Amino acid sequence: MRDSDLHINRVDWVVVTIYFALVIFGWFNIYAAVYDSQAPQSMFDMSINSGKQLVRIGAAVVLIILIMVADYRFFENLSLYIFIAFMCLLLITPIFGKVVNGQRAWFEIGPIQIQPGEFAKFATALALAKIMERPTFDLTKRNHQLTAFGVLLLPVVFILLQPDTGTAMVYFAMLLMFYREGFPQKYYLLGFGFIALTLLSLGIENNLYLAIGIGVMVLFLILLGKRSWQKVLAFSLIGLGLIAYSYSIDYVVSKLPEHQQNRIMVLFNPNLDPLGVGWNVTQSKIAIGSGGLFGKGYLEGTQTKFDFVPEQHTDFIFCTLGEEFGWTGSLVVISLFVTLLVRLVLMAERQKNRFSRVYGYCVVSILLFHFMINIAMTVGLFPVVGIPLPFFSYGGSSLWSFTILLFVFIKLDSSRALQLGRFN
Amino acid sequence: MNDQRPVVIIIFIFTIGLILLIKLFSIQVVDDSFMKRAERNAVQRVVDHPYRGLIYDRNGKLLVYNNPIFDLMLVPQEFEVGDTTRFLELFDISKEALIEAYNAAKKYSWVKPSPLIKQISTTDFARIQDYLIDYPGLFVMTRSVRSYPQPVASHALGYIGEINARQLELDSANYYSQGDYVGLSGMERYYEKQLRGKKGVKYKMVNVRGVDKGPFKDGEYDTASVAGINLTSTIDMELQRYGEQLMAGKTGSVVAIEPKTGEILSMISAPFYDPNQLTGADFGKTYTALNKMETKPLFNRPIMAKYPPGSIFKIVQSLIGLQEGILTPETTFACNRSLVACHNHPSPVNLFGAIRNSCNPYYHQAFRKMINREVSSNTYKDTEIGLNDWREKVMKFGLGTSLGIDISGELGGDVPSSKLYDKFYGEGRWKYSTIYSLSIGQGELQVTPLQMANLAAIFANKGYYYSPHLIKAINGDQTQIPEKYRIKNEVGVDAHHFDMVQDAMAEALYGTANRAIIQDIVIAGKTGTAQNPHGEDHSVFVAFAPKDDPKIAIAVYVENAGWGGRAAASTASLMIEKYLRGMITRPALEEYVLAGDFKD
Repeated sequence: MRDSDLHINRVDWVVVTIYFALVIFGWFNIYAAVYDSQAPQSMFDMSINSGKQLVRIGAAVVLIILIMVADYRFFENLSLYIFIAFMCLLLITPIFGKVVNGQRAWFEIGPIQIQPGEFAKFATALALAKIMERPTFDLTKRNHQLTAFGVLLLPVVFILLQPDTGTAMVYFAMLLMFYREGFPQKYYLLGFGFIALTLLSLGIENNLYLAIGIGVMVLFLILLGKRSWQKVLAFSLIGLGLIAYSYSIDYVVSKLPEHQQNRIMVLFNPNLDPLGVGWNVTQSKIAIGSGGLFGKGYLEGTQTKFDFVPEQHTDFIFCTLGEEFGWTGSLVVISLFVTLLVRLVLMAERQKNRFSRVYGYCVVSILLFHFMINIAMTVGLFPVVGIPLPFFSYGGSSLWSFTILLFVFIKLDSSRALQLGRFN
Repeated sequence: MNDQRPVVIIIFIFTIGLILLIKLFSIQVVDDSFMKRAERNAVQRVVDHPYRGLIYDRNGKLLVYNNPIFDLMLVPQEFEVGDTTRFLELFDISKEALIEAYNAAKKYSWVKPSPLIKQISTTDFARIQDYLIDYPGLFVMTRSVRSYPQPVASHALGYIGEINARQLELDSANYYSQGDYVGLSGMERYYEKQLRGKKGVKYKMVNVRGVDKGPFKDGEYDTASVAGINLTSTIDMELQRYGEQLMAGKTGSVVAIEPKTGEILSMISAPFYDPNQLTGADFGKTYTALNKMETKPLFNRPIMAKYPPGSIFKIVQSLIGLQEGILTPETTFACNRSLVACHNHPSPVNLFGAIRNSCNPYYHQAFRKMINREVSSNTYKDTEIGLNDWREKVMKFGLGTSLGIDISGELGGDVPSSKLYDKFYGEGRWKYSTIYSLSIGQGELQVTPLQMANLAAIFANKGYYYSPHLIKAINGDQTQIPEKYRIKNEVGVDAHHFDMVQDAMAEALYGTANRAIIQDIVIAGKTGTAQNPHGEDHSVFVAFAPKDDPKIAIAVYVENAGWGGRAAASTASLMIEKYLRGMITRPALEEYVLAGDFKD
């Protein structure tokens, strides 16, 4: 090991501190989720989830040390090999993986279960950083766009084979990084427009109102400014296209698998079948909502530990927090995440080469997506998708993959003085 | 070109955080409905039913207690039978019965428990208890039912049963809820407030499958139930049991009172039923069956049956006459049978002889003197005034109005007033010759066996009584019994007038009721015969004993048993001996009563 590789004084301690704060707070919540007041077991008991998670946290610390002592060039140089290795792993997962909840997304290696889809995020981030590293890489150019999307969509296709829609969705978070790296703004505006139209179409009972609204808007745009028959034709066709799109949404939704349809419908009508398809969201909201301003107190919650909320230690871990620590606890955790994310953006911006910056933005994109979707789902703002809350949720794969993802960036950041400026 | 994009991203991150915090604030702080829903989810309110008070007899023997019974309950949704043969063997149930119970349970509810096997004994329960864990969807529910060590005094004790809709409506304090058990008759009903205790409430936490997860907030909101208060009854269980033995197979009443206190020593209504029949799961079925029976075992004769008092009423007439100065011990009348029928005895007779011989013409003439006192020159008016004055005096003997016993349903009997005759015959259109039957306790007079026993107590006490009651002590404290049972009621006749009456009653036994005579115990008694237009007359006897220090006053009615000197007097005599001696010295008489044909 060369001394120059470990730059303790250059490590961003703010991020490290927030990381450990979230991991430890998460661990306490995992214990609360399984705590049984009638037969209390030690937090360190290996037979319960908190004990198991502690081992995983220990393993994560080992991973951190390994990353920090490694040569910073290691990740950049091997990035494509790492990516290829994980793609192969993803490819064989649907064949050799273990079936959990109808998905073949897990590998079993002795006592450890690994979810390759989680680690593939890190590999994809490295690969994207690597291919975009070249100064000539320009996201406004069509062929460069295709390359970037190719790298992005490869793991998505593989993960959809498992099929694990939630994890696959996470990869599209990279669009945030693409935005920073110059992907044209118009696509984002278009994208948001379509998302808005989709939501309106799903949310509004009668699409006729939406059609009238679109018609009025098109008419207004035609009347505004100069009139020409080309303009009238173009706007009319766009308007008709939008109306057709809004009508097609309901059709597309009806073609989705039933459980996904239900998750979408519950979002717009939370009282739909609260004991059936609405159960998760209803119970999750009850658990969080019953926390009040200051919560019921640590280990005093009833909804999560009595199993009213399913998956309360993994994807719905935020319920335990919301119930026992109330809005105050929510405020603390959300503030930690926001601080972490903003800090990471600032760190990414101070990188001297594009590889590190792109990688940094990949980290921001993935963490933000998980944080946003996971909490939005528990409070009924987003359909239920099985993605964990970073650092918080129970589970080795997610903890380790987020740890690797984050600390590789911390490592790159701490070594930035050694790196050559390679910006164009 | 991309310089503003990091700023956009940072703003985006803040916006997301803000949206989530606002949404969280709205469900966590603004909307409090989730708190209630969380409580509904996880907190279950369980009523802790108190232990109902016990009832002891006057000697501290247990009359009523609570018996835990176990019902095996079934939840169809969770039920899994596994090895059927083993199951049937273990729970001792036939396959058909199991299928039937399962289908009935399914019909009632898929998720709520229904009984599979009712009233499992404690020993059977101990046997199956350990195996229950192997059968999901089965659990045992413990209930407590009333139980009676000796199957006696069913009418006095009463029964409990599920509260009905009307009672629930009347329950202004909202103490009861649907399905609660309340006293429906007898002492169980009268002393419901004392016996029921106080319900407690426990809040327990349950998980999503309804499994108990311990007390909510360490039981901070729980209230403990308070057991009901134990009562001591005035009933003497041994005497009651003996009386029921004597009255078995007959129809009638026996009421025995301790004269000095008004405490009811025993109260028998025959035919009777085993109080154990009206407990537990089959209450409804048994009650309907008993109610339909022609012999009316649920009818509480001592307080609900009305009979004309007959000859026994002559003692009341004598006492009123003496007090009013209309009669003296020396007043004589001829036994003029042209006035009213009589039987063979020397004539004329003085008052003593009239009581001893139960002379009807004597009372016909004496009663006329009481009624027609020439306070008005109009004989009709004179009769009316006389009757109403007389009625007032009669009612002081506890007749014509209910005595206020501590069980419900007591009737007051009838002592007619002028209004009744005005209604029958028209105002001013009736006179003494219309109402003379009253003189010998016939006509429109009606009394209950309880009132008759109370009369015996009045004779024994020489002019006062305490309202007959069944409660001796509440929670072991005699001063806690209702105030009304500690008030001495004077009948308005001076004590010395009773001396001669008592002597005559003691004397009367010789000749009219020889069977009732007991060696060494002086009984003062009077036979009576209540005329029965529907068949054989009812046999009546009232008595108290010992004459010089009365410990027991008794009235016995045996329906359709003819003359009072046989069935009723014999039964009363045995009861008196049983109570005073604790044993029977005359097995032949006992045989005679138990046999019950009373032909000779």
